[in-house]
Amino acid sequence: MDLSVVILVEMLYAVASLVLISAGLAVVFGMMKVINLAHGEFMMMGGYATITAVNLGVNVFVAMLVVAPITVGLIGLVVERLVIRHLYGRLVDTMLATWGLSLFFIGVATMIFGNTTTGISTPIPGFSIGSYQINGYNFFIIVVAIALVIGMLVILKSTRAGLIARGTMQRSDIAAALGYSPDRIYMATFFCGSALSGLAGAVLAPLVGLVPTSGGAYIAKAFITVIAGGPSLVAGLLSSAGLFGLVNQIFTFAISPVIGEVALLVSAVILLRLLPQGVTGKFFKGKL
Amino acid sequence: MQDRMGKDVLMTLVVAGLLIWLLPQLVSTYTLTVLIIYGMLGFSLGLIWGFGGILCFGQAAFFGLGAYTYAIAAINIGESTLPMIIAILVPAIAALLLGAMMFYGRLTDVYLGVITLVVTLILFKFINSTAGPQYMIGTARLGGFNGIPGFQTLNVPGDPDAYIWGDAYFYVCAVIMVLVYLLVSALLRSSFGRIAVGIRENETRMSLMGYDVAARKTILFAIGAAIAGLAGALFANWGEIVTPGLFSLGQSAEIIIWCIVGGLGTRSGPILGAAGLAYLKFALGQQSLIDNTLITGLILVLFVLFLPKGLVPAISSLWKVSFARRSPSRVHQARRIRNRGRANG
Amino acid sequence: MSLDRRAFLGGTAAMTGAAMLPSFASAAETIKLGSILDTSGIFDAYGKPMDMAMRLAVDEVNASGGLLGKQVEVSGYDTQSDMALYSQYAQQLTRQDRVDVVHGGILSASREAIRQTMRKTKTLYFYNVLYEGGVCDRNIFINGVTPAQQVEALVPYAMKKAGKKVYVLAADYNYGQITARWIQKFVADNGGETVGLDFFPLDVSDFGSTIAKIQTAAPDLVIAPLVGGAHLSFFRQWAAAGMKDRIPLASTTLGVGNEQLVLTPEEGNGIMVAYNYSQQLDTPANAAFKASWLAAFGDNSNIHETAVSTYQGVKTWAKAVEMAGSLDRDSIIDALETGISIEGPGGKVTVDPKTHHAVLDVHLMEFEDQRMKVIETLPQRQPIDTQSVCDLAASPNDNTQYEIQI
Repeated sequence: MDLSVVILVEMLYAVASLVLISAGLAVVFGMMKVINLAHGEFMMMGGYATITAVNLGVNVFVAMLVVAPITVGLIGLVVERLVIRHLYGRLVDTMLATWGLSLFFIGVATMIFGNTTTGISTPIPGFSIGSYQINGYNFFIIVVAIALVIGMLVILKSTRAGLIARGTMQRSDIAAALGYSPDRIYMATFFCGSALSGLAGAVLAPLVGLVPTSGGAYIAKAFITVIAGGPSLVAGLLSSAGLFGLVNQIFTFAISPVIGEVALLVSAVILLRLLPQGVTGKFFKGKL
Repeated sequence: MQDRMGKDVLMTLVVAGLLIWLLPQLVSTYTLTVLIIYGMLGFSLGLIWGFGGILCFGQAAFFGLGAYTYAIAAINIGESTLPMIIAILVPAIAALLLGAMMFYGRLTDVYLGVITLVVTLILFKFINSTAGPQYMIGTARLGGFNGIPGFQTLNVPGDPDAYIWGDAYFYVCAVIMVLVYLLVSALLRSSFGRIAVGIRENETRMSLMGYDVAARKTILFAIGAAIAGLAGALFANWGEIVTPGLFSLGQSAEIIIWCIVGGLGTRSGPILGAAGLAYLKFALGQQSLIDNTLITGLILVLFVLFLPKGLVPAISSLWKVSFARRSPSRVHQARRIRNRGRANG
Repeated sequence: MSLDRRAFLGGTAAMTGAAMLPSFASAAETIKLGSILDTSGIFDAYGKPMDMAMRLAVDEVNASGGLLGKQVEVSGYDTQSDMALYSQYAQQLTRQDRVDVVHGGILSASREAIRQTMRKTKTLYFYNVLYEGGVCDRNIFINGVTPAQQVEALVPYAMKKAGKKVYVLAADYNYGQITARWIQKFVADNGGETVGLDFFPLDVSDFGSTIAKIQTAAPDLVIAPLVGGAHLSFFRQWAAAGMKDRIPLASTTLGVGNEQLVLTPEEGNGIMVAYNYSQQLDTPANAAFKASWLAAFGDNSNIHETAVSTYQGVKTWAKAVEMAGSLDRDSIIDALETGISIEGPGGKVTVDPKTHHAVLDVHLMEFEDQRMKVIETLPQRQPIDTQSVCDLAASPNDNTQYEIQI
């Protein structure tokens, strides 16, 4: 009984962390049709921003939820103005340029922080379920992921900015004709996407040892989740993260973490073969 | 048409001969060998991406598969001829299956990228977790993260004790590279090659014209994989060890960067891009002022922004521009004639 | 890091050595020591201090008059954590620079990538890292501890402190697999029971499900030979789940890259380890070593076990050259095979003539406030694992890495 509760929590946690690591990429891809392969490095920089801030004496939650997203968002803004802006509409070129950026950021982080693993400890104590102890921080990640999804839904559905964003997503030319500069909207979107990546990196930082190449571990997963999700932003993210998280944890508990990862990847291949436009290309059409 | 083809072959042979003669006097043959191998790897992606429009994020998978197949077969067989052949066939067959799955499923650009990326990741994760003694193929241990060392390296066919190594191995690799280059050139000149370019330009148009697009893309993909596998087998012989790093995303990234820098849609671009950047990396290992990853990344970003077509097309168009200044009308006329010749087959 | 004159000269000497044409450096004037280490890329946390240790040892040798009246010159290459570059630079060192000895290699894969080149070109090779054991090759001398040396000391101590039921979590590669086997053997020998065994590839960083599994098995002790940055998250997640005070931990790898400095005291305190070196070793040799490191590089917090092994390796080689009185490879090997010892920062290091491995002092330690407190020193442990398969005196032409069957 206790064990099944533990497994349930771990599954929720797996889904939540997939949502977190994919959200930034999903926003940028969904709105701008730009695949940011430097997404993992944005997360890595979020982690380093958090650790640096904590070492400077900032409260750990402030560092994670405020400092890291703003820092990485600003870096994203610079990247958008200098590089991405010139490449709109050229999907493959943006992928290559952001791939270059990802290598560049790894190099910069190595020169600043070195390759020695760093990290901070989790700010939330352990938690017992019956005779089991589990990581209390899991709950924090689940809560942050839920808040993130609700926040995205509320902003997209009931604010003016969300309306403009949805309009641009569907027909950017019409939005432009109505007087909303796509350039400005894309800039804002990229800022938000980068900030979300930074947030994800920051929130996950206490769980993992951080090195400049840490981003590589996330990018593939995030990329797969977003593409498999398909065109709808929130519904796609939730459905593919839910599916992959579940598959991953079932195989992890049944066999081993490696098989869990492989099962996730195999299910992604099968899914894309059956639904080449992603889950929401077929189901939940027209949803957010 | 026939005449130009003869000229092209002659040109290739002369240039290659000159390079094979000159370069060993500047760089050690051991380093040159690996530059040629990387050149071949870049060439394999340059073929399927530049001429077939298939952006494969996992070309390293076929490279690694070739290297591993060679190592495993060489341990089991103990003579290098058959393993070399198997090392070309296995990646080609893998690519046939994967390609058929993707192209008959009508997957394009991003989705293709994801699938190839995922397959590379699966292979990498699998090979990386085979350290245990239960993972054996014949008498070869897969070795996991540590890779497979100590297999039979290239020998004179039929004589397992006559190793080909050092300078001789360099010349073998160079000759193989030239052969592959000529074969691919012939392929591109054939109707298959020109239809492949047609598919790259407009897939719908070609399928409406009655060509089986999926089958053609699958075959082209498999040819690319076979070349990558050959490069992998040569690499295994050169390094005398194979490690899972061959399958890594970093390796795939490098191949893509080589193609971009060298120039897509040209035959020589990816080869020069690969050899040039690999030499740069080797040379940079002797300094520690600036992180090498940073430089690689910067090069890629700058190329995408300012020279998206790559070095070789940029240089040749520069050449054409200065050439055209003297007699613009004649060049245009020549190009028109050439195009017409091409359209007529 | 502040640069002083000596480090700067050392660095520039290496750079010119690498950049100049081979004909420029004349072979007769200096003795050439080749070094091949990852000083950038993901393994540089190991490689950088090893490079510093190698240069420190060479500087000390030169300051005391060099070897055979000649100065030692370093040809150093950075392999950027890329296995292909190991093959390339090994060729460069042996065929173009024609060095007299090569020190280096970090991962086992990197050692295997260059070992045959060294053998073919008859270049003496020193590998100065703890590793899985079993290499039997007359041309190589190995300075690090092997699993049996560590585990034989660690397991009885940890089991006495914690209990008989042991759960093993190991890195899924050669080293982890073999170490796990030795742990199982010594647990059984000491009357205990291995209740669980899991392997993790080096990129796994999420251990939530594993921590739940361990609790289901309810062991008295967890031994975790986990390796690298991603695996460090296990120790963090273990502490975050509040398990640290319930089940004690031991490791054969944590601390080799100075991981005790990354874990907070709450996460690290009490973890039991066994190595050849700790910065907290209270010996005159270690104090002198730390002082000269401080003088050379301005900061000695980055000294770790593999750096010390490298230092000891260079010193062992230097002693053998003096003893042989020539640079001939076979005379140096003969000198080493007399079983010479040096007194290093980690204790006495003796060459085992039969296996070309090292007989070393192993120190039992516990993490305490980001330090490795030495509990007990077990002097002169034999590399029993490699000794059981390798006898170079009987078969000098052996050239295999044995997988030791237990």
